[in-house]
Amino acid sequence: MKMVSKGARILVIDDERQMQKFLQVALTSHGYEVKEAAAGKMGLNEAVIFRPDLIILDLGLPDLDGLEVITQLREWSNTPVIIISARGQDQDKITALDAGADDYLTKPFSIGELLARIRAALRHAVRVSDEPFLELDDLVIDLAHRRVKVKEMEVKLTPTEYDLIKNLALNAGKVLTHKQLLRACWGPAAENDTHYLRVFIGQLRRKIEADPARPKHIITEPGVGYRLL
Amino acid sequence: MSSERRADPDALWESNEKDAQGKLTVFLGAAAGVGKTYAMLEAAREALTEGVDVVAGWVETHGRPETEALLQGIPTVPTRLMEFKGQGFKEMDLDAILARKPELVLVDELAHTNIPGSRHIRRYQDVKELLAAGIDVYTTVNIQHLETLNDVVTKITGVTVRETVPDRILEQMAQIQLVDIRPEELIQRLKDGKVYVPDQADEAMRGFFSSGNINALRELALRYTARRVDRQVESYMRAHGIDGPWPTGERVMVCISSSPFAAQLIRIARRMAEGLQAEWLAVYVDTPRRFPVREEDKDRLAKNLRLAEELGAETLNVTGNDVAEELLDLARKRNVSQIIIGKPLSSRVWEYMHGSVVDKVLRLSEGVSIHVIPGNPKLIKKFQAGQNPVRRPAWKPVLVLPYFASILIMIVLTLLAAPLKDTLGLVNIAMIYLLPVLLSAVWWGTMPSIATAIMAVISFDLFVVPPTLNFTAADLRYGITFVIFVLVALFTSHLSTRLRLQVDNSRRREARVSALYSLSRDIAAVADLEPVIESIVKKVAGIIQGEVVLLLPGKDGKPLLRASSEVGGNNFFNDNEYAVATWVFTQGQRAGKGTGTLGAAEGLYLPLHIDKEVCGVMGIHSGDPGTYFEPEQLRLLEAFASLASMAVTRAQLAEQAMKAKTLAESERLRTALFNSLSHDLRTPLASIVGATSCLLDSDHIYSKESRRDLLLSIRQGTLRMSHFVNNLLDMARLESGLVKPNKDWYDLHDIVGVAVSRLDESLGSRQVNINIEDNLPLVKVDFVLIEQVLVNLLDNAIKYSEPGTKIIIEAKEYEKRIKIAVSDLSPDIPDDDIEKIFDKFYRLHSPRLVSGTGLGLAICKGFVEAHGGRIWAANKKGGGVVMSFTLPLEDELPLKNLEVKGDENGK
Repeated sequence: MKMVSKGARILVIDDERQMQKFLQVALTSHGYEVKEAAAGKMGLNEAVIFRPDLIILDLGLPDLDGLEVITQLREWSNTPVIIISARGQDQDKITALDAGADDYLTKPFSIGELLARIRAALRHAVRVSDEPFLELDDLVIDLAHRRVKVKEMEVKLTPTEYDLIKNLALNAGKVLTHKQLLRACWGPAAENDTHYLRVFIGQLRRKIEADPARPKHIITEPGVGYRLL
Repeated sequence: MSSERRADPDALWESNEKDAQGKLTVFLGAAAGVGKTYAMLEAAREALTEGVDVVAGWVETHGRPETEALLQGIPTVPTRLMEFKGQGFKEMDLDAILARKPELVLVDELAHTNIPGSRHIRRYQDVKELLAAGIDVYTTVNIQHLETLNDVVTKITGVTVRETVPDRILEQMAQIQLVDIRPEELIQRLKDGKVYVPDQADEAMRGFFSSGNINALRELALRYTARRVDRQVESYMRAHGIDGPWPTGERVMVCISSSPFAAQLIRIARRMAEGLQAEWLAVYVDTPRRFPVREEDKDRLAKNLRLAEELGAETLNVTGNDVAEELLDLARKRNVSQIIIGKPLSSRVWEYMHGSVVDKVLRLSEGVSIHVIPGNPKLIKKFQAGQNPVRRPAWKPVLVLPYFASILIMIVLTLLAAPLKDTLGLVNIAMIYLLPVLLSAVWWGTMPSIATAIMAVISFDLFVVPPTLNFTAADLRYGITFVIFVLVALFTSHLSTRLRLQVDNSRRREARVSALYSLSRDIAAVADLEPVIESIVKKVAGIIQGEVVLLLPGKDGKPLLRASSEVGGNNFFNDNEYAVATWVFTQGQRAGKGTGTLGAAEGLYLPLHIDKEVCGVMGIHSGDPGTYFEPEQLRLLEAFASLASMAVTRAQLAEQAMKAKTLAESERLRTALFNSLSHDLRTPLASIVGATSCLLDSDHIYSKESRRDLLLSIRQGTLRMSHFVNNLLDMARLESGLVKPNKDWYDLHDIVGVAVSRLDESLGSRQVNINIEDNLPLVKVDFVLIEQVLVNLLDNAIKYSEPGTKIIIEAKEYEKRIKIAVSDLSPDIPDDDIEKIFDKFYRLHSPRLVSGTGLGLAICKGFVEAHGGRIWAANKKGGGVVMSFTLPLEDELPLKNLEVKGDENGK
């Protein structure tokens, strides 16, 4: 896994010195090439000059709104963006994800979590969409044959349930917001009907999780969405 | 001025005024031209040389060079030019003086009446305001301007002086400096043209300035001053415990009516009360018979009562049937020693019929001196002459209906009675004819009943007594019947009229009392300020049928319009009215329409007093701009105002108490917070600092394992701090009311799962049993908040129960609620603490050394309550503790088109 992302260029847009330092040390030691920018505009410039493979963006910047940075960036670039937010910025976080950010982390976070997110985002960015086969421990999702297996046993899914797990699988490791999932499975008109999601996620979990009360694959991101691991 | 004889100022004792109040020095003269202004200016110059800040506010030199020379060198506040009816008038500029705030101001002519449009009607009111502002005032006045001496002066000189000054202002706050001059000298000065005589015919003045008149006025002035000195000496002796014969407990009562003569009685009573050093009462007895019906009578009565009040009397209004009895009853109750009563104006006949009040009072009085004062016959004649032309055209239009009705009754009665005359007999039929007379007297009053009596006798005689349809000489004997009929009519109508008046009277009183009662009941029931003032304005406006506003001091201390009976437009309260209200607020006296101050205002403004402090202003605007409030209404309004001030003060105090309580509470919490902060932040900090310094200092000393231990302890410390900071943030959000649940539909399984997985690390190998009903509906909650509640509860369970013991999470639906319970096997919570554990910073004393902030459960409570739920703790029977909370299942889940994609794909 590490080999895939070896040498990837990461741009850190954060105004806090300590955070910069910590990220610089941690990421460099893990073989990434790191560039720092202390403000939003500077970050956007660096995104042009440095051409990063991934951007880590703090939502609380002194000059531009983090959301503004994503919107401007997404006008010309698909570089994956991981947001770092403080507690209490839930709504900003969701807006940023809906606006095109790829994942998020809430302060304080461990370096392990960060690395996992970076890997997922990078993998997702390089992967071609026709990669049809996903294996997560005991869960196997075969998109080519529309088949889902748990512990070698095939699981029967309704079309909606399948849609759901397909979308999660295509973005495996990455968070998908409620809105994104609802749009993908039920169409744009249903993007506020979150209760659809609750019901079907519940059904899915009962079918694929060993202990539905303590899920291992379909992970809830409180207030944000779901992630398939 | 050579022969000027002044009363020695040292003989006049300092009055015991408050320090804040300015001192008033009055230069009192017997007549114009004695040199009061001159004396005042001399005294002012003396003060000036002593370094006192003196200004001349208003000095009338009348162009006399000596006086003008004296005025030179005294700083002058320019006068104000006022316009009235197209003409310019100069007036003293009260505001400029108040702004300049000198130590001493000269104000000539205390008795002067100001131009309409000035703040006060009279100059002495200006002077009162100056004194109230702490400015000393020198002023001049002639003896004839004193209110109580007014009629004496008129008697002596024949000239009526209209501009009078209440004695009270001189008595309560003044030092008197008598300016005296021999009469010959005054007459000489008059001849030399040195005396300014205002607007009076020369001859009248010459009559006024006769040697005899001047001497009489001098005597008045000297006696007045002497009496003042006497009183001051006396009060000094009394204050210093010197024995002497004191006039003991005298109390004077004066009986007044709506007669103009009453004013004279009041003045006499005032003089007597003052002579006796006694309190005095002015009493009006309301009887149904004497109740003043006509407007001018009411006005005069009000004026008399006000005069008495102004002269310092306590005024009372008593209702009863018998004037004499009521008077004596009151006299006994109030310990009155002297009664002053006027000699009646009524004729002997009237007295014979109704009995004389004076006679009765004299007869029944025991131990009370009665002074009967004869009225001035000229004045009375003038009054009666003046009354007649008013009374005559004022008769009521005759109502014809009663007359027609009685004619109709007569016809019907005659038609019924005539055929029966033989069976019933004449006497019985005569009795039947008496019936309509009685009824018409009761229903319609005197005149219709007399008319009915006449008709009854005529129809009786014509149609019943034989020979019918004919008058004979023998019918003259029915003259007696006629007289009896008329007498019955008169007595009955008189009695019923009296009864009606009595009923009216008591109804009015009842209305007043019930108005007061209902207001007091309304405002007693509420404790908050806003509803109290709303209720006051609404109620008072309803009772007086007008508009009412209420002003209370704002943050800057200025009065602020807080409530108005009119919602929205059509409000009389504008900037001018606000200025009046402000004046009332600062001065603590009523002003506005119908009062002596700022009478041009549209509304009447009453201060709300509590212990001499003004706590607000009530403005009243009667619906009809032409009417003024009657004294009775005014008194009712005063009563409203005092009720209102009590209510407002009570509400304000309650608010303050509440604030103080909240303050104390937040103080307690702050202390708890500081304690908690210092402990819970310092402990992990200490371990972090210690561990990091070890690692930095000498990395080769520590083995790999110990380095790892150090790093772990750093990590633990930071996690603990992070937890604490999160708790503090949550608490702060709850406290500031920022927690508004961002509700959405969630699966409870999901929330529980996330909460449990968040605690994976601290749970370790512990068994957590999750029993959630399978068919539980989705709940509409804020995921993050409820998850936090579960995490906190689980965290508590982990901390307080033995490691390795089971933790159970249960959820089930009941009664449109979902109940979620977290139970563990921790030791019982003492019964006393079972409620308190949800309080902020409350910690249980656990045998296990549990670290924590005392915030976790308080946050749970806040979050659950923000969802409309309830949280509680209980000890389980078999041991262990259950923490339960409920969440309302408020809405039905909109389960529409859930499965849009159709069948299962397995086929």
